[in-house]
Amino acid sequence: MQLERADLLQIYYLMRLTRAVEDRTRTLFLQGRVVGGVYTGQGHEATTVGAAMTLRDGDIILPQHRDLGMHLTRGGSARAVMCQWLARGNSPTLGRDGTLHIGDMHHGIVPSISMLGESLPVACGVALTMKMRKHDTIVMATCGDGATNTGPFHEALNFASVQKLPIVFIVENNGYAYSTPTYKQFAIENLSDRAKAYGMPGEHVDGNDVIKVMEAVGRAVKHARGGKGPALVECKTFRVRGHSEADKADYVPPELREEWLQKDPIKRFEAYLAEKSILTDAVKSEIEAKVKMVVDDAVSFAEQSPAPDGATVADYVYAPDGPIAVIGEPGADDPRYVNALDTRTGEPFNTVTDDASSITRYEAQEVGRR
Amino acid sequence: MTAVTYLEAIGQAMREEMRRDESVFLLGEDVGTYGGAFKVNVGLLEEFGAERVIDMPMSEAAIIGSAVGAAIMGMRPIAEMQFIDFITCGFDQIVNMASKFYWRSGIPAPMVIRGPSGGGVKGGPFHSLSPEAWFFHIPGIKVVVPSTAYDAKGLLKAAIRDNNPVLYLEHKLLYRMPELREELPAEDYIVPIGKATLRRAGENMTILTYGAMVHQSLKAAQTLAEEDDLSVEVLDLRSLVPLDREAIMESVKRTNKVLIVHEDTLTGGIGAELSAILAEDLFEYLDGPITRVAAPDVPFPYAPPLEEAFLPNADKILVAARKLAAY
Repeated sequence: MQLERADLLQIYYLMRLTRAVEDRTRTLFLQGRVVGGVYTGQGHEATTVGAAMTLRDGDIILPQHRDLGMHLTRGGSARAVMCQWLARGNSPTLGRDGTLHIGDMHHGIVPSISMLGESLPVACGVALTMKMRKHDTIVMATCGDGATNTGPFHEALNFASVQKLPIVFIVENNGYAYSTPTYKQFAIENLSDRAKAYGMPGEHVDGNDVIKVMEAVGRAVKHARGGKGPALVECKTFRVRGHSEADKADYVPPELREEWLQKDPIKRFEAYLAEKSILTDAVKSEIEAKVKMVVDDAVSFAEQSPAPDGATVADYVYAPDGPIAVIGEPGADDPRYVNALDTRTGEPFNTVTDDASSITRYEAQEVGRR
Repeated sequence: MTAVTYLEAIGQAMREEMRRDESVFLLGEDVGTYGGAFKVNVGLLEEFGAERVIDMPMSEAAIIGSAVGAAIMGMRPIAEMQFIDFITCGFDQIVNMASKFYWRSGIPAPMVIRGPSGGGVKGGPFHSLSPEAWFFHIPGIKVVVPSTAYDAKGLLKAAIRDNNPVLYLEHKLLYRMPELREELPAEDYIVPIGKATLRRAGENMTILTYGAMVHQSLKAAQTLAEEDDLSVEVLDLRSLVPLDREAIMESVKRTNKVLIVHEDTLTGGIGAELSAILAEDLFEYLDGPITRVAAPDVPFPYAPPLEEAFLPNADKILVAARKLAAY
């Protein structure tokens, strides 16, 4: 895969930003400033950023709780993420939900729920619409090793294949479903084999090597975009922290965790970039400064944001009447449509940043972002 | 113009809405080539093609989940459950995905889940369900239950045009009932969701009911008029969520006695909530105990004598109504 210097630095920046937002979230959690549980994806950055980098404008992702890298790569806002963790009244869910359960159809992000695997049938409906409406866009839906054991995973893969839906399924195999290791979950070596059962291509890849991830996912994307139906990529990685920050994960053998910490995707990518003389000390400092600026801004923005008003507890249960646009079609953001703006607030959906600190660009280079 | 059955009215609603709006489509098991287990969808595949009338694998989570995905894209899918009993296989997609979507994200999910519900056809424990109470309890989903051909068509059209997930419960016993045949307006119409309708006016008692039990209640009310000289009002709720509290209040304030009739089992049923509303809001208007006629708290049985013993009917309503009238 041929990538320009700017692309590579962009990827590096997004991986660093993802790690930094999560590190800061953890600090806030330990300080008691996050109101609920915290779930992070340390070690997943090559998978989440790499997979999302293969997409184009108009494509839609259905990320899960460890996929902050996907959100940020697709233009998601660090401010929105922080407001969500801190349960602010201006968070994308208006304080109704926590974690990374945020999204905005106009920017191609479908919010997930805690029942893992349930996003996959929804991905089928999104892709079905693209197919019916003859859009040339595709869907990327993710799940972990745990969710591959749910009924909806199998129902979705089967239906997607029958209908030749344009979906790339990313399985992030990180070794554990909470405390349960993979050998207690399934009796196969590679989850990519499950693709074969449904008549779609499946491959597995080192999920901690961002270049390899982009190559493998790129092949799946090409397949899906070419009208050949879904494809699956299993990215083998490791959850180096607990299921949540409340979980010490002492069930993970220390030497196994140590082994994977050595395979840290950011360190590996840094070595790769250094070897190619792309990541100089000067560039690295510049990127680190930018990352810090974005994270500081997000935290400060969230901390200054108001909590939701308890008097609004009964609001927003039902959507108002009015015409609805099909996402991805001309004029779908015309405010006369009930799904053009966030009708709860009358404002644009606020999952995507539009301020000067625009987080998705390291240089003046539009990459992997709509 | 010819009189149509309740079943044909449902088919007409889907056909007309699919003609009117190309974002409307149908997905479910055996809905296309076969036309649905009860042939509700006959002719739709021929008219609209396999892209808009989708024969699905036996995968309720995929059926309902795909409907959610299409709905958040701005489509208006109709997800058919072959029998409403199978809705349990897709439960999570309704209660955790569809019903909370707008509330937590601002993204509307306009979709209909419909299917044959109810008993009286020797369907046994897995083909006779009245599932409304489970969904009545879930904020974010609307629930409608038509009892006539006119309402079957008008409520389905309203459900399809609604910007929220709507559970549309059609009663399979009513599908081809000859006495429900009626001529429907030639022009487009809807029955607004959230509005009850008075099926029979009366002064001595209100029966609150919906679905197939509307007809059993009307039969009982007729007998009470003829044999007991009692004037009984029958209010067809039609829409369980949102509930037409105004119509309920208006009627009960006049009659001062209320009998609640539903086919679903008693405990935690719609009648329980109606009783609570009446006790809270109309306590001083009541001249007798709020009374419920419902199925007993047992699974739905198969054998004819058991099914008959299980289902509420006009005779059981009569017994309860006479006792309440005498109070």
